[in-house]
Amino acid sequence: MRVTFTVNGREQQADDVWEGESLLYVLRERMGLPGSKNACEQGECGSCTVRLDGVPVCACLVAAGQAEGRDVVTVEGLAGDGLSAVQQAFVDAGAVQCGFCTPGLLVAADDLLEQNPSPSDADIREGLSGNLCRCTGYEKILDAVRLAAARRGEGA
Amino acid sequence: MSEVTRIPTDLRQGSQTAGGIGESKLRPDGTLKVTGEFAYSSDLWHEDMIWGHTLRSPHAHAEIVSVDTSAALAQAGVYAVLTYDDLPAEQKNYGLEIADTPALAAGRVRHHGEPVALVAADHPETARRAAAKIRVEWRELPLVTDEESALAPDAPVLHPGRTDGHARHVPHPNVVHRQPIVRGDAAAAALRADHIVTGEYEFGMQDQAFLGPESGLAVPAEDGGVDLYVATQWLHADRRQIAPVLGLPEDKVRMTLSGVGGAFGGREDLSMQIHACLLALRTGKPVKMVYDRFESFFGHVHRHPARIRYEHGVTADGRITHARCRIVLDGGAYASSTPAVVGNAASLSMGPYVVEDVEIEAVGLYTNNPPCGAMRGFGAVQACFAYEAQMDRLAAAVGMDPVAFRQLNAMSQGSRLPTGQQVDSPAPVAEILRRVQARPLPPERQWESAGGAADVRALPGGLSNTTHGEDVVRGVGYAVGIKNVGFSEGFDDFSTARVRLEAAGGEPVATVHTAAAEVGQGGVTVQAQIARTELGVAQVVIAPADTRVGSAGSTSASRQTYMTGGAVRNACAAVREQVLALGRRKLGTYHPAWATAELLLEGGKVVTDRGEVLADLADVLDGEPPVDVELPFRHRPTEPFDIETGQGFGHVQYSFAAHRAVVEVDTALGLVKVVELACAQDVGKALNPLSVVGQIQGGTTQGLGVAVMEEIVVDPATARVRNPSFTDYLIPTILDTPAIPVDVLELADPHAPYGLRGVGEASTLSATPAVLAAIRQATGLALTRTPVRPEHLTGT
Repeated sequence: MRVTFTVNGREQQADDVWEGESLLYVLRERMGLPGSKNACEQGECGSCTVRLDGVPVCACLVAAGQAEGRDVVTVEGLAGDGLSAVQQAFVDAGAVQCGFCTPGLLVAADDLLEQNPSPSDADIREGLSGNLCRCTGYEKILDAVRLAAARRGEGA
Repeated sequence: MSEVTRIPTDLRQGSQTAGGIGESKLRPDGTLKVTGEFAYSSDLWHEDMIWGHTLRSPHAHAEIVSVDTSAALAQAGVYAVLTYDDLPAEQKNYGLEIADTPALAAGRVRHHGEPVALVAADHPETARRAAAKIRVEWRELPLVTDEESALAPDAPVLHPGRTDGHARHVPHPNVVHRQPIVRGDAAAAALRADHIVTGEYEFGMQDQAFLGPESGLAVPAEDGGVDLYVATQWLHADRRQIAPVLGLPEDKVRMTLSGVGGAFGGREDLSMQIHACLLALRTGKPVKMVYDRFESFFGHVHRHPARIRYEHGVTADGRITHARCRIVLDGGAYASSTPAVVGNAASLSMGPYVVEDVEIEAVGLYTNNPPCGAMRGFGAVQACFAYEAQMDRLAAAVGMDPVAFRQLNAMSQGSRLPTGQQVDSPAPVAEILRRVQARPLPPERQWESAGGAADVRALPGGLSNTTHGEDVVRGVGYAVGIKNVGFSEGFDDFSTARVRLEAAGGEPVATVHTAAAEVGQGGVTVQAQIARTELGVAQVVIAPADTRVGSAGSTSASRQTYMTGGAVRNACAAVREQVLALGRRKLGTYHPAWATAELLLEGGKVVTDRGEVLADLADVLDGEPPVDVELPFRHRPTEPFDIETGQGFGHVQYSFAAHRAVVEVDTALGLVKVVELACAQDVGKALNPLSVVGQIQGGTTQGLGVAVMEEIVVDPATARVRNPSFTDYLIPTILDTPAIPVDVLELADPHAPYGLRGVGEASTLSATPAVLAAIRQATGLALTRTPVRPEHLTGT
């Protein structure tokens, strides 16, 4: 089948998609957007988190056909002219080690800060609880989100 | 900028070059990792590539009566189906230490999930469906699942006809390796004890659970060889195992490290490397293989589960008299690194304590359970959980504070390990315990908000809303551990670095090329920092890790900053000497100091040790061929442990960490909330403090995981894995992980580059027993196994 949807502001199309393919597979293998990650492919780790019509979802659990005509934002769509505040904060705070969880966490953190520009630590933990990280022990991820919130606050 | 500075001047650039060692320089790959552009091994793509898939055994021990691949081959889109009969070379097996692992099952499988056949197809789903059409006729065989069944008189011998180096000294062919350690006279010392404390402990099977699944791309080459892009911990060790099974010389297996999504020991052994190469060479097409999480649980070894027995004696005034210890490690179906894990378990079994009179035995078994091998902490983790439980019980027996008791018996510089090896660098065991104990405790009842309503997120059970504080009790526990750094027991452990220095665009630029696997730890950051410090240049390029340069050894054993860092420093020193010689030739006549002074490279300039600037480095290099040096680096030699007494100078270096855990337990439901897990660790010298703290916090969290949630559950009746998914194998989320304050000590090890200590593993050891100790204090329960599950706390 053919699927057409908007990715990071641009309409994209994929042909010969098998009906069982996930949105994650189509993004990674057919659209040249491997930024969304495939750590579990069972909806448990959050590494494939993308925004579908603004709502964070695990792209591995969305059938590609369900994205037809809709709007998808992936990690590749977060940066503008430079890195976004959340991206820069992850680099600066040491929140990136192997980095495999990072794309999903960035999309989730981006959504969190949009909903709640000055989250408490408990809010950050709750907001990112669907994203597994195996390297950092999360401390520096908390630092990064706090830093991003502060910088966005200053910029506002 | 390019004008030569020949006039003596006091414009010294400072004693350190910006971005050198000791700074929290940010990762060079950080930007690519936050934009999604960093290419992990599962992100690779090649024109015309096809997909590989592995058919795995549903049984833990079975004979393969027949295999029929015809239906799979007949499926549209399938390019190849391979079984044992298709292996091209005489060499069919591989292995890290012992080549006992079949590349594809040879008539018999020894564990659940063992690879049996391979499929290459035009789509991953096509490959999966074709694999499901391979008809295998099985005849199930009796199982070996523990020490009793492994050593029973009628036990099936899992690896008959062993010829490995351990075969001669083991008591039974189902024992991979046995390491006794005998020192002093435990029986005589026991007579001095006022109390004897014995305990039996059990450590569950932990998974590395790195997030980037096993994956890679094999591209067949015109010369009959193969180019393999893969995530691994040691490129050269992979190649040494891969090439003979492919029937190729090593130089026709060219490997390049792709992005690695974590490792933690789980990528020391091969997974899909040989399989992807076999399919690529057979089909003539690039083959990509990517495991899903289910398969990943079968695709790599795990941490050895263990049964451990200790006896300690103690005098009334709190001195440990002696210890006896037996550690049984389940190595599963293939040896992997079990012999080295056994050596670590035995030699570090007394922990960071002075115990002069010991009888120790560690054994590693062959069973039909999942193969076990390297995981962060490597043999030192299981024992630490058990000896730290003993320390609390010994302290209680003599009525001492558990920290004071540990400090009284703590080793220090000059103490001896049970192997007789003297600890010849700082061993601040008492001090790191003091530091975690001295921290203020986190406030109690943090879930109580000003308004009176409980914030359930701060309580055991969290958003499940299972308590508002009723039945919740707090406990505090301490633990400390010792981990060796680098490869031990006489292994020829080395790393190699190639460093090139040249002028580019009027600036000096250094290129560092090693085969060291960057797995997330920040090796690439530190290598560049070392080059900046040693060569005084701002611009350092880290070349991709591949097999065109000499081996770096493994990214494991907390060794890469020490070893590849040492190799980069060494190569830089040789480059520096050549550059200074070049400078003397070109510019020596301009200033007498070229001949008389000690010269340094700092801030892009050649300076004297008194700070006089003699030249811009770029001018020395301008118009010259690059200065290019490749050199190996070795740590001081070690020796094997004596096979009967365990004596020997077996280890290179030690790393010490201590934790204090604060937990709150809902005793009605058996739910644990770890409130804080403070750590103090001696790192010798923090080359990158930000990365060092990140390593300590990450290691701490993996220790927390195996304290309260992480365990691969193997059905004892079938030896099948029951929970191969992140739904059922739980790793800590951000909600499960507490604040982890870290106190970093820097007491230099005079034997190590810059005095540094490997930092990657020590925190993994003591986190687990600290959490267990805190839960014991909260509940009063003995808790002799980890991970602790709710039913262990509620008795239901």
